[in-house]
Amino acid sequence: MKADRLSARFAACAAQDRAALVTFVTAGDPEPAISAEILAALVANGADIVELGMPFTDPMADGPAIQAGNLRSLAGGTKLRDVLAMVSEFRRSDNVTPLILMGYFNPILHYGPARFAADAAAAGLDGTIVVDLPPEEAAELTPSLGEHGLHLIRLATPTTDAARLPQVLDGASGFLYYVAVAGVTGANAATASDVAAAVARLKQSTKLPIAVGFGVRTPEQAAAIARHADAVVVGSAIVDTIGNAATDRANDIPARVGALVAGLAMAVRSARHSKDKAA
Amino acid sequence: MNIHSPSLRSGPDERGHFGQFGGRYVAETLMPLILDLETHYRAAQADPAFEAEFDDLLKNYVGRPSPLYFAESLTRHLAKLAADAGQPGNGAKIYLKRDELNHTGAHKINNCIGQILLAKRMGKTRIIAETGAGQHGVATATVAARFGLPCVIYMGSRDIERQAPNVFRMKLLGAEVRAVESGSKTLKDAMNEALRDWVTNVHDTFYIIGTAAGPHPYPELVRNFQSVIGREARAQILEAEGRLPDVLVAAIGGGSNAIGLFHPFLDDADVRMVGVEAAGHGLATGEHAASLIGGSPGVLHGNKTMLLQDDDGQITEAHSISAGLDYPGIGPEHAWLHAIGRVDYQSATDDDAMEAFKLLCKVEGIIPALEPAHAMAAVMRMAPAMAADRLIIANMCGRGDKDIFTVANVLGVKL
Repeated sequence: MKADRLSARFAACAAQDRAALVTFVTAGDPEPAISAEILAALVANGADIVELGMPFTDPMADGPAIQAGNLRSLAGGTKLRDVLAMVSEFRRSDNVTPLILMGYFNPILHYGPARFAADAAAAGLDGTIVVDLPPEEAAELTPSLGEHGLHLIRLATPTTDAARLPQVLDGASGFLYYVAVAGVTGANAATASDVAAAVARLKQSTKLPIAVGFGVRTPEQAAAIARHADAVVVGSAIVDTIGNAATDRANDIPARVGALVAGLAMAVRSARHSKDKAA
Repeated sequence: MNIHSPSLRSGPDERGHFGQFGGRYVAETLMPLILDLETHYRAAQADPAFEAEFDDLLKNYVGRPSPLYFAESLTRHLAKLAADAGQPGNGAKIYLKRDELNHTGAHKINNCIGQILLAKRMGKTRIIAETGAGQHGVATATVAARFGLPCVIYMGSRDIERQAPNVFRMKLLGAEVRAVESGSKTLKDAMNEALRDWVTNVHDTFYIIGTAAGPHPYPELVRNFQSVIGREARAQILEAEGRLPDVLVAAIGGGSNAIGLFHPFLDDADVRMVGVEAAGHGLATGEHAASLIGGSPGVLHGNKTMLLQDDDGQITEAHSISAGLDYPGIGPEHAWLHAIGRVDYQSATDDDAMEAFKLLCKVEGIIPALEPAHAMAAVMRMAPAMAADRLIIANMCGRGDKDIFTVANVLGVKL
């Protein structure tokens, strides 16, 4: 039985009475070598869980920032096998930080769901989020993931009502990703009170940790969510930083990303312990 | 008359699948909306008042039924070609289903009428749509104006450039046209952007998808709204000839005009069907839009279907002189009909379509859209090889006014 890095990490964060920080970057963005350095910088600066995006030409649920990240990665020739190689490489030096792949179904379908699950597990992956694979169509992938001990992380959204939630939770594992606003990634943020109410509602139906993402850009926003959720997901703000630095032809992209993540991590770690909890 | 058994007209199944194709591959935020749309569509199907309003608008606003016209001059022309080539007595009788005579100039309006009635029934107050050639955008803007709903049309910036007259039409009709700069800046990217709008405006917005593709129930409901084409054609050919046609021919982009013509005939085993994909610069060049002949199974825009993609599952760009066919996917029912071999899918290049375009102008006095010009190219190929007592119905799904700038450009004429 292999170690479950995700549950170990959530347990460790809970023991410290704090939320976990989940950071998203697209694999291969802005180019393969730098992308691996960025991955290391995320963890070195306090990311508890890393979500690595599998680039796709048509990321329909993503806003401009992550669309651009996908295209930068694809322009550099990133293939799904390269993404899996990044996972292996990461695992050579870090066997504790949970690593999740997030993306769209077509590249996985083309790679072959069974082959994908086998190769991802061998590379040291912990789980996957497939944005356009709702429970209704998931049977093509779930048996393979299960066979290789990979978590299938499901998404719940503001439109997931009480009648639908059980279907979303059926077969969900690892954690539940709550999409805080109806929209694409990187758009507006939800209010802290909306998030608190949603997390409370979800907690009544599942024991899975609840991660909250979409629209979380600043340390202040991250802290507000960290008071209520088990994890906070930040993606577009990081990808924007990569994009801007790449446009500037900066040679310190991992350091810039690291500085951003350090600020987010500090905010998340202190959120439940700061004196002005009501802020 | 041979009847297919079991029926080929009963799809999709309750999960929206046509064989291995179709389904609902959308982000979770959209799933409740898709399920809600299906519930309302089923209720509308069972409501005679919905059908009555649809029929009334098709008759009095769209101008249906569209004529089934015997293209005598074209028939004679192709018969002469056959005779000149040493095959006297050949040259099938060609009928054109004149959907280009509809209000707004194409078949697209049939579906838009159906979907705006659904939107109204669901209490939605804002309309969005994607468009390639602009015909669906114009049709959507038209029904939005007619029903007093604000309307946003997403259109690739490359298509905006080559379809300027339709962009202006949409604006005249009160729609906001948003240029899409991402990806290949054509129909595929416009559809991505419309989906992003929908996922952001889930409570008030109805997405009028223009072709028989997307997540279930769209492929089914678009097909059903467009099937008026085939139902009329069936009655009209029986009246004109006393029998069913031998071949149906239609151009395929997403495939809504073709499935609309074909579906009422699917169980008539003696009726052959030919769908014509856009071969662009030629299938061998890789610059085409033939997702059935040149693609492989995949998932895009909410459904599993045949797609143009690379060996890593990345979607590749389609090419066609016709903006309406310039899409790397196809409706899932066509993918299934292709897989089971019920429909014969062929292709026509940009050059083939241009030749057919010119011929139809010259011998029939009809300026076709570049989309049905592809269907006419296939008709020109097949009719001279068929006996003179054979019957072909080709779908003239749009008129060519919108394409005169593209055609002038190809012919080296400055307008």
